[in-house]
Amino acid sequence: MVKKEVDCRGLACPQPVLNTRKALEEITAGQVIVTVDNAVARENVTMFASNAGYPVQVAEKEGNFVITITKGEAPEKAPDNAAKPVAQSTGEARPLIYFFTSNLLGQGAPELGMTLMKSLCTTLAETDPPPDKLIFLNTGVFLTCTNSPVLQYLQKMAERGTDIISCGTCLEYYRIKDSLQVGRISNMYEINEALRGPGKVITVP
Amino acid sequence: MGPATLSQVLRQLPRLEDPRLLVGLEKADDAAVYQLSEDMAIIETVDFFTPVVDDPYLFGQVAAANALSDIYAMGGRPLLALNIACFPTCLPPEVLARILKGGADKVREAGAIIAGGHTVQDDEPKYGLAVTGLVHPQKVLTNAGALPQDVLILTKPLGTGIIATAVKAELAPPEAQEAALASMVALNREAASAMLSVGVHACTDITGFGLLGHAAEMAAASGVSIIFEYDRLPLLPQTVELASMGLIPGGAYHNRDHLGEAVTFAKSLTPAQQMVVFDPQTSGGLLIAAPPERADRLLQELHARGVTAARAIGRVVERQSWLIRVE
Repeated sequence: MVKKEVDCRGLACPQPVLNTRKALEEITAGQVIVTVDNAVARENVTMFASNAGYPVQVAEKEGNFVITITKGEAPEKAPDNAAKPVAQSTGEARPLIYFFTSNLLGQGAPELGMTLMKSLCTTLAETDPPPDKLIFLNTGVFLTCTNSPVLQYLQKMAERGTDIISCGTCLEYYRIKDSLQVGRISNMYEINEALRGPGKVITVP
Repeated sequence: MGPATLSQVLRQLPRLEDPRLLVGLEKADDAAVYQLSEDMAIIETVDFFTPVVDDPYLFGQVAAANALSDIYAMGGRPLLALNIACFPTCLPPEVLARILKGGADKVREAGAIIAGGHTVQDDEPKYGLAVTGLVHPQKVLTNAGALPQDVLILTKPLGTGIIATAVKAELAPPEAQEAALASMVALNREAASAMLSVGVHACTDITGFGLLGHAAEMAAASGVSIIFEYDRLPLLPQTVELASMGLIPGGAYHNRDHLGEAVTFAKSLTPAQQMVVFDPQTSGGLLIAAPPERADRLLQELHARGVTAARAIGRVVERQSWLIRVE
């Protein structure tokens, strides 16, 4: 497995996050091992990596923090050396991500598109386990707001742990930001990270 | 400096017992208030910092708006200001001239005058003001008057620290930068005049200790506890998204660690959402404790005067085991 070490000791915020991000972009799969010398950098790098969907492990070693971020494949057994884990968030193999770019499913009659969308969401809500993440973009964001015909299914998935995110720019464009009913608002940066991250992405056109 | 270190240092200063000093160090308030006569007191405050924006003229404006804010938070009006500047020899003097011009314009907008100042050579530019304001001794607003059932109103959106960090990382969307800048250069004058016209119990301005740091000072000084509703907080665009990318200034973590157990959060709030309320603010808004029957009128007054970001964000309750709860 590819292992990339990033030494961020002595660097001021936000540089450790930027260096970590760059290192993760440079590998397709493997581990990025970031060493930082202060708690602020530890928290920020951990927050960045967990939000991008990568499993993160933090250990304290000789006054520094060693943050191991795994990309693309399940981590091998953690080495049994002196490093003592202080926090851990594990991810399953490959997160399953549905990317909704429209409020209708498929091209054609809008009524049919809506019926198909309902049918897809009903099915997703009943699958076990439910998808890890749903991303809503462009008119897709109407599905997470008031008057959405699929709200109950999305809420059911959210209750079962699905991370539901809507594009903030899109909500603002359609002036429906205040009527968001399920999940959270995010930006293109996070959406892009999720799409190119370790997960399996299914686009719903 | 973080709140923990600062209070450690200030503890070593001798306590002053002078009846004319209406507000001094021990109250952890925004500025000192000194009574001159039966109907006149002066407010003294000083604030300066390193650049938060690249444009020197705008930096001057932000620094001045930030320094003047303490006068408004105490219910006063600014009279006089003195420049404080640090400047390196390696930068062209025109940059300093632009900074001072920004400050001077902002002070003029506030209806006060710059009467002089002091500049020292330093490795990094710094700028701010010492400001003198005037207030009626019986009308001084401190952070100590909040009563249970008061409605808490915040007049500017949160997120300037997180957005400044994102700007450094070159990851801040332009609309977030613009909104943060517009908020930071805005004087708290209109917010203060709305609050004085309606009549309120307590006020503080939100700066380096973040919303929760300053709210905790208000709660402690008033002997009450405070509940904020996260969904009602006015936020600058993309603040939570940028926070969740790890673009959080160290000051936010220091503010959080200082408050420790005094703060409790609803479980539904994500780590990034929790950090937003600790984000250190530059030239932040006023946090006002208004009696419940006047809260709606205060909001109307604020909005009518162009303080459109103002929202009711929480309420004051009897003292609990915690100082602040965010729901």
